Amino acid sequence: MDDYVLVMEDVEAGYEDHRVLKGVSLRVRRGERVVVMGPSGSGKSTLLKTAVLLVKPWKGRIVLDGVEVTARGVDIRKVRAKTGFVFQSYNLFPHMTVLDNIVLPQILVKKVRREEAVKRAHEVLREVGLEGVEHKYPLQLSGGQQQRVAIARALAMDPIIFFLDEPTSALDPELKEEVLNTLEKVAQEGIAMLIVTHELDFAEDVADRIIFMENGVVVEEGEPHKILYNPEKDRTKEFLRSIRRRRLKAEALHS
Amino acid sequence: MGVFEFLVQYMPFIAQGATVTLQLTVFSFALGFTAAMPLVMANLFGVLPVRLVSRSYVEVVRGTPLLVQLFLIYFGLPSIGVKFDAMTASILALGLNSAAYQAEIFRSAIKGIPESQFLAAESLGFTKLQTFRYVVLPQAVRIALPALVNEFVTLIKESALASIIGIVDITRRADYVAAYTFRAFEAYLAAAIIYFVLCYFFSYGARAIEKKTRIPGYKGG
Ligand SMILES: Nc1ncnc2c1ncn2[C@@H]1O[C@H](COP(=O)(O)OP(=O)(O)OP(=O)(O)O)[C@@H](O)[C@H]1O
Ligand SMILES: [Mg+2]
Repeated sequence: MDDYVLVMEDVEAGYEDHRVLKGVSLRVRRGERVVVMGPSGSGKSTLLKTAVLLVKPWKGRIVLDGVEVTARGVDIRKVRAKTGFVFQSYNLFPHMTVLDNIVLPQILVKKVRREEAVKRAHEVLREVGLEGVEHKYPLQLSGGQQQRVAIARALAMDPIIFFLDEPTSALDPELKEEVLNTLEKVAQEGIAMLIVTHELDFAEDVADRIIFMENGVVVEEGEPHKILYNPEKDRTKEFLRSIRRRRLKAEALHS
Repeated sequence: MGVFEFLVQYMPFIAQGATVTLQLTVFSFALGFTAAMPLVMANLFGVLPVRLVSRSYVEVVRGTPLLVQLFLIYFGLPSIGVKFDAMTASILALGLNSAAYQAEIFRSAIKGIPESQFLAAESLGFTKLQTFRYVVLPQAVRIALPALVNEFVTLIKESALASIIGIVDITRRADYVAAYTFRAFEAYLAAAIIYFVLCYFFSYGARAIEKKTRIPGYKGG
C-alpha cells in the first residue's frame, strides 16, 4: 500500500444527481507518471477533482499518501498541501504579482517564513524557465507563461503528486511546446503525476502508463506503447484515430 | 436682482450646508459598509435561517421608501421608548438603508468571481477564511468599486431627506433662503448646483482610484 501515492477504489462521484464517475479504481505509484485520455465528458476532470476531494465522492475509498481521505474527520487541507493541481485555465490569482501567487500559498498553507518562500519561488520560477517576471501580474503574461507560473506555484509546495488537467489545451501550438517541455523537465524529478492530456507525443515520451476513460469508467489501461499503437478496445482505437485525424488537419492548416 | 446676482449672494450661505451633507453621507456610508459585511457573509455562507434573515432584511429595506424608514426611526421609535436626536436618526436611517444596497453590491461582486478562483485556492489547501481574505475580498472590492461609488453619490443626494426632520444641510439652507427671499426657484437652483458639483467631484475622484486599483493586464470592463 505504501508504494502508492494515490489509490482510488470503486469511486463514484458527480454533481447533484448527475453521476459522472461510475466506479473508478486507480493506483498511482510513487514517482509514477500516468496519463488519462478519453472523450469530452467522459469524466477526466471530475476524476482529478475527486482525487483531491474538490468534488466529494459519493462512494468508494480514496487514499492519498497513505491517508484515507474519504474517512470521517480527516483534515483534507493537510493532504492538499501535499498535492499540486494545475488547471486548464491556469487559475492564477490575477490581483497578485507572480511572486505573490507563489509565495502566499507557501506562507498560508505550509507556514513557511516569507524569506524562505521567496527563495523557493525564485527556484521554481527558474525551473520552469521564467525569470524576470516576478513582479508582473498574471494577465500581463502570455497563456504559456501563465501556465508555467501555475506549474511553479504548485511545485513550490513540494507536492508528492501532481494533478494536471489538460494543461496545454488552451494554448496555441508554439506556447504548448514550451509548457510541454517544462512538464517533461518536471517529470524527471520523481514527483508522481496524473495528467489529462491528448498530446500523444508527450504521452508517449513521459507516461509510464496510459489510462483510457469513457463514460465514467476506465475502459483500458497499459503501457504507452501498447495503448497508443496496439489498443485492445474498439473505443480506444476509434478515439485515437479521431485525435490523429484532428492533428493532421491542424498541421495541414498550419503549413 | 437677477438670477446671477442672487446666486452670487446666497450660494455661499447654502454651500455651508455641504459640510453637514457630507458628514451625513460619510457616516451613513461607513455604517452601511460595516453592516453590509455580516449581511453578505450571512447570505453567502450562513445556515438557512441566517440566510433568510439576511435576505429578508435586504428585501424589506429595498422595498420600502427611505423617507418612511427615517420617520419610523425618528418619530416611530420614541413611542416605544427609543429616542435619537435628528442627526443620529438620519445617519441610522441612511446607513441601515445603504447597508442593504451595499450588501447586494458585494454579493453580486463575489458572485462575479469565477468558480475557478475558489477551486484554485481550495486545491492549494487554503481555509475558507483565507480564501475569503486573500482571494475573494480583494477582487470583490475591485469589482464592486464603481457600484460603491455610485452608492456614495446616491447617499449624497438622499441625505437631503434629513432636512425634513430639521438637519441644517444644503437643502435646509435653501429652504431658509427661499422662505426669506420668496425666490424659491433660485434658492433651489443654487442647492441643485451645489449637489451636482459634489456628486461630480466624487465620481471623478473615484474614477481615478478605480484606474489605480485596476488589476494590471485586465482587459474587460
Ligand atoms: N461543475 C459541474 N457541475 C455540473 N456538471 C458538471 C460539472 N463539471 C462537469 N460536469 C458534467 O460532468 C460530466 C463530466 O465532465 P468532466 O469535466 O469530468 O469531463 P471531461 O472528461 O473532463 O471532459 P473534457 O474533455 O470536455 O474536459 C459532463 O457531462 C459535464 O457536463
Ligand atoms: Mg476536462
